[in-house]
Amino acid sequence: MSIKLEHVSYTYMPGTPYEKKALKDVSLEIKKGEFVAVIGHTGSGKSTLVQNLNGLLHPTEGIASLDGINLADKTRDAKMARSRIGMVFQYPEHQLFAETVYEDVAFGPRNQGLDYDAVDARVHEAMKFVGLDFETFAGRSPFSLSGGQMRRVAIAGVVALDPDYLILDEPSAGLDPGSRNAVFAEVMALYKKRGIGIVMVTHSMEDAAQFAKRMLVVYQGRILIDGKPGEVFLKEKRRLLEAGMDIPEVYKLADALRAKGMRLPNDITDAKLLLAEVKKRKGLK
Amino acid sequence: MLNITLGQYYPGNSFIHQLDPRTKILATLLLIVAVFLADAAVGYGILCAMVVLIVSVSGIPFMMVLKSVKPLLLIIVMTLMLHVFLGQGEHVLYQWKIFKVTEEGLQMGVKMSMRLILLLMISSILTFTTSPIVLTDGIESLLRPFRVIGVPAHELAMMMTIALRFIPTLMEETDRIIKAQTARGADFSGGNLLSRAKNMLPILVPLFISAFRRADDLAVAMEARCYRGGEGRTRMHELAYRSGDFVAFAFTFAMIGLLAFLRWGPSLF
Repeated sequence: MSIKLEHVSYTYMPGTPYEKKALKDVSLEIKKGEFVAVIGHTGSGKSTLVQNLNGLLHPTEGIASLDGINLADKTRDAKMARSRIGMVFQYPEHQLFAETVYEDVAFGPRNQGLDYDAVDARVHEAMKFVGLDFETFAGRSPFSLSGGQMRRVAIAGVVALDPDYLILDEPSAGLDPGSRNAVFAEVMALYKKRGIGIVMVTHSMEDAAQFAKRMLVVYQGRILIDGKPGEVFLKEKRRLLEAGMDIPEVYKLADALRAKGMRLPNDITDAKLLLAEVKKRKGLK
Repeated sequence: MLNITLGQYYPGNSFIHQLDPRTKILATLLLIVAVFLADAAVGYGILCAMVVLIVSVSGIPFMMVLKSVKPLLLIIVMTLMLHVFLGQGEHVLYQWKIFKVTEEGLQMGVKMSMRLILLLMISSILTFTTSPIVLTDGIESLLRPFRVIGVPAHELAMMMTIALRFIPTLMEETDRIIKAQTARGADFSGGNLLSRAKNMLPILVPLFISAFRRADDLAVAMEARCYRGGEGRTRMHELAYRSGDFVAFAFTFAMIGLLAFLRWGPSLF
């Protein structure tokens, strides 16, 4: 069970003066049950990469496949394969259109050809997942909701597809801290409960460090680094900085403390751990 | 979706590209007049040679300019057919029942289609070599004298600029919404007219909402920066005629003179 990219290149508007090579010979495998963070600069090609992963863009060269089915094919199998990879775009609330929250969430399952009861069950489940009370919200217009609530409706609309893989493009952009944490908690719950594969595009090193098990750093259309976040931040610090990226504050603080002479272990990956270590060194409780 | 080239501007740095937009607009209008002056085969020959010359100076692939004729191809062919089959004349070349092909009809048909093709090519050179924004600047500047009779030159130009500015943005937005709904399994093809229109709703509703939101934001942003119309407004790029523009004008008038002479000249002597 995996999404596979084999020597994938993608060029926007080939053969015109506006031609742009956004992906260059990328090979990659994402397994079900993985939580992958994709980070990179604006224009590094990360959005192009994830759109190639779920068949919205078809590689100019190379092959993108899900369990051996080429996502670019026009067959029914390929269409089914594409629908198994859900995609939450940046600012997904901008794609809401229906008169009620219920209708909007039901859009995807209905397109999958499910019957009335199955659609209804999916909507209930998806709304529960994103923490929207069915009784309160199902009948309301999505446009009367707050930004954070609209975002959840949009995410519910994708979750209702019951995908095996979920791709999220900056799910927390433009949200207040409360809604942000709620959205991440929901994504984590989804990941843990259903064991699906998650690919999350983010600008935030903190988010990548906190949630992801694997991190892809995209730079100039190529995968620069592929590894576990903790290891990447410890070992690939220089290459990260060269690519114009940063490391999380915790790592910086630990580095600063080490520079001041405090002897800390090398594998500090979050604030709690750092605090515990510092307390231990200073004999505090 | 993003493959639609907007306004068909073809970036370049040629003599034609560098001309003042006003020069290009006026020269285009004058050359269109010149096309109507052409009467005989010689005139059309000269015009064709001129178009080839201008295109080669501009550095745009000739086939690309020729392709701009395509949208009106049907009309051109119709014109040709109507003239060929229905044209009246003395010299009948071929006859079948009530249809007859005459020499005069054939000539007229070729002439009319040549005119249309030349018109399209000349005006497309303008849009190929001038970016939409610069073009609007030129139009504003040319319309300014008409303000005394109440033509809102600046407002028209501002509206055009904003519209042009937002076409790529809205296209990007459309592209994104289509992708997002496709990812949710939406199908935009197939079905009858009604169901197809219904299928468009998941695209159109978010698109309109975002267009209104953008319009609101833009209005606020413009007001916050004290925009209050064209009165007393200076610009970053002042339009100025340079020596190349005079060359272009001289060339244009020479063309008109030549074609006018070919048309009426012989009868003067």
